[in-house]
Amino acid sequence: MSYDEWLRQDRLPHIYCAGCGNGTIINCTLEAIDGMGWKKDETIFVSGIGCSSRAPGYIVTDSLHTTHGRALPFATGVKMARPGFHVVVFTGDGDLAAIGGNHFIHACRRNIDITVVCMNNQIYGMTGGQGSPTTPMGALSTTTPFGSAEPAFDLCELAIAAGANYVARWTSYHVKELTKAVKVGMETPGLSFIEAMVQCPTNYGRRNKFRQVLDQVEYFRSHSMMRLKYLQHEERGEPVPDATIVVGEFVNRKRPVMGLPK
Amino acid sequence: MSTIQFMQGNIACAEGALAAGCNFFGGYPITPSTEVAEHMAVKLPKQNGTFIQMEDEIASMASIIGASWTGARAMTATSGPGFSLMMENIGYAVMTETPCVIVNIQRGGPSTGQPTMAAAGDMMQCRFGSHGDYSIIALCPSSVQEMYELTVKAFNLADRFRVPVFLMADEIIGHMRERIIIPDKVEHTARRPLESGVLPFHPEKDLVPGFPGFGKGFGVHVTGLTHDERGYPCATNPKLHEQLVMRLCNKIENARKEIADYVVTNPEAETVFVTYGVPARSVEQVLHDTGSKNIGHLRLKMVWPFPEHAIAEFPNATRFIIPELNLGQIAREFDRHTRVPVIQVPKLGGDLHLPAELKKLTGVGI
Ligand SMILES: Cc1ncc(C[n+]2csc(CCOP(=O)(O)OP(=O)(O)O)c2C)c(N)n1
Ligand code: SF4
Ligand SMILES: [Mg+2]
Repeated sequence: MSYDEWLRQDRLPHIYCAGCGNGTIINCTLEAIDGMGWKKDETIFVSGIGCSSRAPGYIVTDSLHTTHGRALPFATGVKMARPGFHVVVFTGDGDLAAIGGNHFIHACRRNIDITVVCMNNQIYGMTGGQGSPTTPMGALSTTTPFGSAEPAFDLCELAIAAGANYVARWTSYHVKELTKAVKVGMETPGLSFIEAMVQCPTNYGRRNKFRQVLDQVEYFRSHSMMRLKYLQHEERGEPVPDATIVVGEFVNRKRPVMGLPK
Repeated sequence: MSTIQFMQGNIACAEGALAAGCNFFGGYPITPSTEVAEHMAVKLPKQNGTFIQMEDEIASMASIIGASWTGARAMTATSGPGFSLMMENIGYAVMTETPCVIVNIQRGGPSTGQPTMAAAGDMMQCRFGSHGDYSIIALCPSSVQEMYELTVKAFNLADRFRVPVFLMADEIIGHMRERIIIPDKVEHTARRPLESGVLPFHPEKDLVPGFPGFGKGFGVHVTGLTHDERGYPCATNPKLHEQLVMRLCNKIENARKEIADYVVTNPEAETVFVTYGVPARSVEQVLHDTGSKNIGHLRLKMVWPFPEHAIAEFPNATRFIIPELNLGQIAREFDRHTRVPVIQVPKLGGDLHLPAELKKLTGVGI
């Protein structure tokens, strides 16, 4: 079996802009699922609202494309009613961390056995480029025309603090590592949170000096630092540049889990 | 063998849900509905069901929709503030045709209002509270017995029409205790499954599509976006949107005669009380005290879809008197279906209409 068997061919072409990073993340997630050997009838995709949340519509399995921010409580209902299902959530930075922030915290606290893949483009893509809770300070968006004045969320640290069993961050540059992380997340009982930094050339890159799609992917490459290395720097009190994207596995632990098959 | 018990209204609601095969409850505590959740928390796990206390009512509503797509009979219970939070996802349930039951033990509003006092101020909100045009079904119990029976009925209607069904009770009915007969068996209408080879949102003759539950190989995409019969988003096609919304409304409105549920007393009467919910009890007292055949009573057990044909049950009516625990929400609806004068008797604050004050309005025996 190959991952493209999971794609709903009759819905293509998709709505994503040329150069959008979301397709890469869908691809990596389906590769990971393929590696898991999950059955289509037992795999359910759930999402909220946003460009990222459109992903389940392009996959052949049963899926719930829900309301903005609420994918996790919908997924909680599915998983608690049918623990035998494999439940995967696609979400965006706005969907997960702004309107859905409380659900995110509580899904991590419950450590419910689902896999959450967040496509973090640091912007509200679907609504045309407004600032999100992960928009970096100083970055331009339609609602931060003079540069964002708000500190941004670190979604991985949030997931760790709230109790998720598996937390990792990669970018659309790191396709192999990301695929592996999604798979390890799926193998790990409990809530697995995988944050994937993605380029949004249309609504983020264009306004923030990434004139070409690849400029932002290259930025992801050159500004990434492995979590271990980052922690060493921190330990030694060595400053790390603000723009550093910390990548890698953040935690892989065994807190008590909800929603496992009996 | 049926059994006779003495029970609180909210517990009767939970027991009715369990008898109906409810196997998923997602909720958030709020007075005066909490006993429903607490009872489900005790009972559901023992019956292989799932109880989950969610982080808020938005999440509660989301969880029961998710559970329903796995085939569960799913329910939540709340009151005013929580009901307001549920509105967006209620619209999602309507658009995606997800069967579910929402219990609202109404209290005085707006806002936090009167947490421990009865009201019926959410009757219009349950009909129109989410954005867009749509139709739903709402039941109004006026006794502990009906808390049980109408909860069972709510599940059957939800599955039959694939629509959220509301049990619109109030603090008095929810918290009072009275005699109840628990039957040993209740009616059970199964959710009609989607036949293979049929598109997942292709309606049958009654405008309701078969249910393509998750995990059955249908590969159904469920979205709150305007969708075609495949379930695929088609949000900029005006004709398709109109067809979909009209079908969502008509599958309920076309059935309004068939599913109407009301009780007629003294159909020859000239003065006719119309009630739903707890004011029925005061009116029953008036009828009992006066013994007059010239005072009628139309008691609605289902308020939405509004059974306007029931008005014709009283051909001699010269006036309809409508006591309500709000400022006339259903009296206004009633009024637009009749030329006979309608007298509103609104009451806010949480007290019931006294039989004496209603009797005075009839002009009988004073
Ligand atoms: C309750 C509600 N508020 C606002 C919106 C409008 N809206 C749609 S998508 C979106 C932001 C999506 O951002 P994100 O989750 O980051 O997804 P992206 O499009 O960037 O992938 C907003 C605000 C909505 N659909 N629902
Ligand atoms: S707006 Fe951004 S996130 Fe949305 S499809 Fe276009 S590039 Fe992708
Ligand atoms: Mg985004």
